[in-house]
Formats: sequence, C-alpha cells, structure tokens
Amino acid sequence: MTSKSSRREFLTRSVQGVALTATGGLVWSYLLQQQAHAAPHAIRPPGAYDEAGFNAKCIKCGQCVRDCPYDTLKLAPTGEMVAIGTPYFIPREIPCYMCEDIPCVKACPTGALDHSLEKIEESRMGLAVIDIENCLSWIGLRCEICHRVCPILDKAITIEHHPRKLSKHARFVPLVHSDACTGCGVCEKACPTEIAAIRVVQPELVQGKIGEHYRLGWKIDTPITQEFKAPKRKDGKDTPATGLDYLNQGEI
Amino acid sequence: MAVDNNTVKPDTVKLGPNGKPVRPFVMPSTLVGKLKVWRYIIYRRIVQLGSLLLFLGTVHWGWSIAGEPLLIGNLSSSTLFGIVPLADPFAVLQIFLTQHLLEQEVVIGAGIVLLIYTLLGGRVWCSWACPINMVSDLASWLRRKLSIKDSFILSRNIRYVVLALSLILSVITGIAAFEWVSPISMLHRELIFGIGMGWMAILGIFIFDLLVLRDGWCGHLCPLGAFYGVVGKVAPIRILFDTPTCTHCSECVRVCPEPKVLNFKKAAEVGMIASGDCTNCGRCITVCPENTLAFGLRVQSNISKKSSNKLESNLRRAT
Repeated sequence: MTSKSSRREFLTRSVQGVALTATGGLVWSYLLQQQAHAAPHAIRPPGAYDEAGFNAKCIKCGQCVRDCPYDTLKLAPTGEMVAIGTPYFIPREIPCYMCEDIPCVKACPTGALDHSLEKIEESRMGLAVIDIENCLSWIGLRCEICHRVCPILDKAITIEHHPRKLSKHARFVPLVHSDACTGCGVCEKACPTEIAAIRVVQPELVQGKIGEHYRLGWKIDTPITQEFKAPKRKDGKDTPATGLDYLNQGEI
Repeated sequence: MAVDNNTVKPDTVKLGPNGKPVRPFVMPSTLVGKLKVWRYIIYRRIVQLGSLLLFLGTVHWGWSIAGEPLLIGNLSSSTLFGIVPLADPFAVLQIFLTQHLLEQEVVIGAGIVLLIYTLLGGRVWCSWACPINMVSDLASWLRRKLSIKDSFILSRNIRYVVLALSLILSVITGIAAFEWVSPISMLHRELIFGIGMGWMAILGIFIFDLLVLRDGWCGHLCPLGAFYGVVGKVAPIRILFDTPTCTHCSECVRVCPEPKVLNFKKAAEVGMIASGDCTNCGRCITVCPENTLAFGLRVQSNISKKSSNKLESNLRRAT
C-alpha cells in the first residue's frame, strides 16, 4: 500500500517536474524569439552577419563600441527596440565614417563581425533609400548634398539630369546604387531636410529581386539565348528543354 | 531530510559531538574586531567593484598601461592589456551550441576564464565577481534583519534544470538562450555601456530574494551559478573543515547562502566543504567561534581527514 502510494507520488512529481520544465522552456523560447526579432531594421556595424547569424554569435561585450573612434556604435540597452545588448548605430545621429583599418571588426572576439572583411567598401551595413517626395533635388531645388558627402563618391550615389519639360524645369536627381552603397549613413546625417529624405535601411526590407528568368537582351553582359528553363520538378528530375523552342526549328 | 544534521542539539546537553560546550558567535564590540569578521565581505566588494571600475575606467576614461587599454569589454567577453582575451565560458558554450563557428580569440578567452575559476573554486565567480551578488547579498541581509519567512519551498537543484534548459534552448532557438535574458550580463553591460530597462530585472531579483524566497535567484535559479557549481566539484581551493573542533553550533549555517553545503557529517568525512555549490564566500569562516573553517587546498583536506579519523577512532576507543 505504502509502496504503491509512494510510487504514485513519485510518478506524479516526475510528471509535474517535466511539465514545469516544458512550460518554462516554452515561455523562455517565446521570449527569445520575440527578442531576436525585435528589430530587423537595426543598422549593424560593418561586417555583421545576417540578423540570425549575428544574433547567435554576438556575445554583447561592447568591444566594438569601445574601439569605434567616432562613438558611432552603441550597445542596445534593455527595453530598446533593438535586440538586447547588441551593437547598432543611428546614422542620423552619428554615421559610420568607414575607417580603413575597421577597428570594430578587429575588436570583435567572436566573429559576429566577419573578420574576413578587409575592405570597408565591401561592407553592407544597410542601403540608402531616397524618399523622392521629400528630397529637395527631386522636388526641383539644387541640393545634391548626399552625392557630395558620399564616401564612395559618384559610385554609391550618382546625379542624373532630368531635362526641362513643359511646366517643369530641369532637375538634378540623386540615385543610389546598391552595388556600391555600404549603408554608412553619411548621406542621411548630411541630408538638410527636417526628417532625412535619404535614409539607411536594411536592404531586405526594401530591395526586390527580378528573378533569373528575365533576359535583359539589350545589355551587353546578358547572353542572348532562347533557352527555355522549366521550373524544378518536385521529384528532382530534369525537364527536357522543349517549350517554345520549336519556333526556332524552321517547321513553321 | 538531512536537515537534522544542522540543527543544534537539545538545550539540556549544550555539548558538541566532540564533548566541548557549544558557544554562540558573538560579534566583537571593537571596530577592528568587527572589520575582522567582515573581512571577506570587504575583500569581495573590493574585487567586485574594483573589476567593474577597471571596465568603466577603460571605456570612459581611457585607462591604459604602456599604451594598451587596460580592460575593454564586459564580463561576457573582454581584452586585458590589449592582448589577453577573456570570455564567459558559459556564454561561449551557448553560442557554440547555436552551431555557429566562433573566432579562436573568444574560445581561448573562455578557456582562460574557465581555468581561473576551476583553480579558484568554481562558484567563487558568484560571490567574488558577479555584480548580482551585491544585490542578492543586500536582499539576504535585509531579510535576516526583518526576519522574513520563505513564501514556498523550491528545490535548489532547479538551477540544474535551468542550466540544461539554457543549453537545449540554445540549440533549438539558435541564439544563446541564457545570455539573452541574463540579468547578470544585463546589469554589468548597462553599468558600463549605458542604462536601459535592465534595472527592472535587478529590482525583480531584489524583491524576489527579499520577499519571496531566500537567495531565490542565486541559490535556486541561476544557471551560471549551476555551471560554475559543476566546475567547483574539482576545484583545488575549498573551505577546509577541522572536524575535531566543531561543536555543531550551526552559526555558519545561519549565514551561509547555500546552507546545504554545510553538511557536518559529510564535512567530517572528507575534511572540507566538498559540494560544488559552495561559493567560497568565506562568511562561515569569520562567524565560526571555534575556528573550524578556513580556506585551504583540496589536498590538505586529506591530511586533516586522516588526523580527524585518528581522533575519531581515539574518541571511540575512549568511550
């Protein structure tokens, strides 16, 4: 009798223990997921891995913050909209001035900032995006400050001439090129509008992708081909390239 | 269960198991005497605040030695004199479990810190370095002054469940599970790099420790303490227990933040406080009226064990 009841008690307690652990684990992992997705818009130091990799590897020690010679970087305090304790910067306050020796990456002990980054021009902290409704140059004034301050001069931001039209005078508009823009934010800092009309954001938030199937025939570096590519089959086998090729076979 | 060992023998006897009268601890009236009793608390605060000051001074006031910054970073990871890497081994273990490759630097740093704490006594981290210790010590002291009773009983082994959970969740969620919610890192980071809402977590621990459960955080839940507790099982520096002098007055148990480690029976057997849960804080040493307890090396305990065994057998023969 007693052994039976003590066995029952043991079983009950074990189940309770497991249930408590599981509940705690679930709440805990929920908290973690919430925190980890807190701010996909945070602008990270140069060489930072994608958000998931960065979140995993950053040990939140602040050595990059301390070694930044411009006090650009900050560690996110608890309660901020940025994932807890991780380094980030607000370009409108202090942008990244793109040191050639990249001291912040060198300071990182875990490699959350990729140590293989050798040239600061190759870093992608973010991407500058222009709000053309509020950009002085796009409205028609002569500004072009972002173009002039850009450290990757005339590559990341170029000026395009829009000739005069009926009832519209000529404009010199800035354009950002994602193949050269590092997201340093010097342009955002310099933008004279009340709220910056050029802003650095995470590229994933604004950048599209045209897809591989488009053939830009008028471009020199695009091979001109009629080769039809069917989408991948579910079973992994290749589809024989047929499709519209009969148009080129001289039967019609 | 095993608590009986720690309670005082019935009043009528007033003799310890060694036949000597049980004397209570009396706080000395002189300042020098008091300081002597408080000496380990003072040393611990110097170490805790001193290390915090080194971090602060290096970041904010540019402290350096021979042109090299003194101590950059925080307790999660840092660089000493610009070359020696240091890192929290538990944090690094969690990051490792997220299946991301780590730079050599932080792995070496974790190894150095692990070695230091293994030599000094595992949870020596808890009472000598961890900034939360000052919060929980304050709560614990207030609790004794106000004689607040525990709201419920919680097994102290729960921290090992939390430890296992933090490792498992690191694998599942892909981020260092404890590092992301750790109030220890939060407090230390915010003291050095700017205050945020981290104080709320600290206040939470203080209230929990003060009103809900004695040593609730450090003694029951903290997985970092549990991690160093595992390390402490092999640490060479331990608190030695001189069995023949002990009268079981239990003064040490009253001040100990981990009272279970002061198991007199076990201590008499091995001649030291063997449990990894002991934080080597030294509180028990200064309140012991018989000078039974003292810092020493694990190897010395064998010697004292032998002598105590001899004494015990002598006593047995005598009776």
